[in-house]
Amino acid sequence: MAVATKTFLARVEVTLKLTVNDPQGNTVKGALASLGFDGVSAVRVGKHMEIRLTAEGAAEAERRVEEMCRQLLANPVIEQYRFTIESAEG
Amino acid sequence: MRFAIVVFPGTWSDRDCSHAITDDLGEEAAYVWHRERDLSGFDAVVLPGGFSYGDYLRCGAIARFSPVMEAVVEFAKAGKPVIGICNGFQVLCEAGLLPGVLMRNADLRFHCEDVYLRTENANTAFTNALMPGSVIRLPISHGEGNYYADAATLDALEASGRVAFRYCDAEGGVTAAANPNGSARNIAGVLNEAGNVLGMMPHPERLTEPVLGGVDGLAIFRSMVQLAATKAP
Repeated sequence: MAVATKTFLARVEVTLKLTVNDPQGNTVKGALASLGFDGVSAVRVGKHMEIRLTAEGAAEAERRVEEMCRQLLANPVIEQYRFTIESAEG
Repeated sequence: MRFAIVVFPGTWSDRDCSHAITDDLGEEAAYVWHRERDLSGFDAVVLPGGFSYGDYLRCGAIARFSPVMEAVVEFAKAGKPVIGICNGFQVLCEAGLLPGVLMRNADLRFHCEDVYLRTENANTAFTNALMPGSVIRLPISHGEGNYYADAATLDALEASGRVAFRYCDAEGGVTAAANPNGSARNIAGVLNEAGNVLGMMPHPERLTEPVLGGVDGLAIFRSMVQLAATKAP
């Protein structure tokens, strides 16, 4: 018998580890300063990914997205990741 | 000696590599499409430069899951020589065959120019035709060649002779000014622990004939052939 699945939306953020220098972020920070935005002490540039997937439940979806991050979406040498899972039914 | 030149969608230095190996060096080379899984019959593997899979997500991140990469990992584990050039270096890092990662150039600009390299270890499968400490000139052509690894990894690489080349000036001075991309400790090429896998950002295949402006690149490929010759029964 087929197991009912639900659709979920994962929002994944991949950013450079704080110990890793971020030339893009530094350049954006400089550009903001030159535009007159005072008080910007740091900018970090990262990636945002939205992944639509089906799973039996939220726990299963979370387990699979975790695995995606570990295998492909982030490089653990320089990057860290975090994500949220929400229902995307209907 | 028979070289396999791996071709991913977006690889662009495959023909330059083939030309250098066959026409300039007089050895054999064949292209291996990324969907193939068999590297038997080859004595060495080249992962050429380019923009495999458009460099989407991260350089080399998608290419490393190509079917051919399983064969490349097996080939490397068997102790046979594998050289990754530019994008090929990035693929080897993503595949875990080499430590570290190539990040965006520190100045965020694409660099297409000749650089000088100091031979840090001339006792390897890829550098034995060079003198220790000798300076060679090769072109670079990349936007993401900024080598990064944590300090402990860098210390371990240096302590074990696994830094093959460093960016330097024409006199061999390893200076910040001679570092084109911000690479940690001016590192331009690294070896794996066994010494049979080399990744380097500069392009040896692009400077192999006097008409191109120099022949320094030939020494890398010649080293691989020399080693194979000394190992032959």
